[in-house]
Amino acid sequence: MNIQMINTVEALLFGAGRPLRLSEIRNLLDTDGIPSELSDIKQCINSLEDRYDASSLEIVEVASGFRLQIKQAFSPSLTHLWNERAPRISKALMETISIIAYKQPVTRGDIEDIRGVSVSTNTIRSLLERNWIKVSGFKDAPGKPALYATTKEFLDDLNIKNLSSLPDLPDSIETDDGEIFSQVV
Amino acid sequence: MQNTNQAQLEFPIVMGQPYEIIPDDLFIPPNALELCLETFSGPMDLLLYLIKKQNINILELDVSNITDQYIEYIDLMDSLQFELAAEYLVMAATLAEIKSRLMLPQENYDEEEEDPRATLIKRLQEYQRYKSASENIALLPRVDRDFFTASAGLPEIKLDKQEITVSKEELATIFHEIQTRPDLKLHHQIDFEELSTQERIQIILQILSKRNIVSFSKTLRKGEGRHGVVVTFLASLELAKDGHIELIQNKTEEIFLKSLTGVSN
Repeated sequence: MNIQMINTVEALLFGAGRPLRLSEIRNLLDTDGIPSELSDIKQCINSLEDRYDASSLEIVEVASGFRLQIKQAFSPSLTHLWNERAPRISKALMETISIIAYKQPVTRGDIEDIRGVSVSTNTIRSLLERNWIKVSGFKDAPGKPALYATTKEFLDDLNIKNLSSLPDLPDSIETDDGEIFSQVV
Repeated sequence: MQNTNQAQLEFPIVMGQPYEIIPDDLFIPPNALELCLETFSGPMDLLLYLIKKQNINILELDVSNITDQYIEYIDLMDSLQFELAAEYLVMAATLAEIKSRLMLPQENYDEEEEDPRATLIKRLQEYQRYKSASENIALLPRVDRDFFTASAGLPEIKLDKQEITVSKEELATIFHEIQTRPDLKLHHQIDFEELSTQERIQIILQILSKRNIVSFSKTLRKGEGRHGVVVTFLASLELAKDGHIELIQNKTEEIFLKSLTGVSN
């Protein structure tokens, strides 16, 4: 693996400031006149990882590809850089995105059924604006309600690669109606 | 655990203290109501809060006790926030139904109907699953909150793009052109065809029935102007296409129409 190629991959990751796929990196190298195989690029990333081992940087694979990050251990030092912290996410928003994440694709009605309250347009809009959810289709039901699904950006922002990396949804408690009665009455 | 989760939420100060603010009997003075509503994201939440508050399992919930407190709560809400009160109304009705069923002798319970308590409990349990899942997701590291991406300033990038130089006069001309362009394209009026191609075909055929060849200009009629020329030309093309005539053009630029069907008489 020549150093020029490793450094070019590093430059791309640094310059992009967003996750890059292996294929994306290959195409970029290709237009640059550096033909490569996906496995070559993976090797470049591996050697960069070795290089960063003793630094504050790391390469993380998230849903949209490989991304350069600052090791989480340095986060406390970084938070003082900005006056404003990342906007807090309301409980309602968190519950809504969780229902979408575990049950996707879902309609607004499905979310309301679980949460027991109406889901405000603002909640959905705010998730759409954040690029955490997208309309994945329309349910074949009266009114053709939009079906929502989570995006790759959602997974990227939570530093995970796929939906199965989300915490497990707690098991539903199997209850038998008779048992409920005996306990309540 | 409860507190760490709540620290993530939108109203951390309120969320942090509702246990002290709300008295045990859940009597909430009207002026505090608005604030307290925001600590719950909805009726399910309020119910869950109450359940937690009384340290009881959902399965063991004393519905009648909760109903009393709930209705009290709604009485207060009603005058302040109609929309929210309406939302809570369904919950109150469900609870009231449960309570009424509890007060009836158990033998009268209709086995075929699903017990509303069971339905409610199932919904609460289902909600509880997603609620705790959402609390777990809220604890996941999040970009710009718990971790940060790295990027570097870009070096000066040379782009082989040509610079465009435009004088202000050119700009003015272009702008004027763009402005007037819609006017030129605005209307496309379709007029009634004054001169009929079909009719002209008949006339040409009539002329050609008397002589074998005729010059194009001879088939024109004065006074029809440009329109006439177009119609006659179209008629000639139509006839040529159908094999009735042949169009001949010599060096004089004059077009001749030669009959191919021969002089009829």
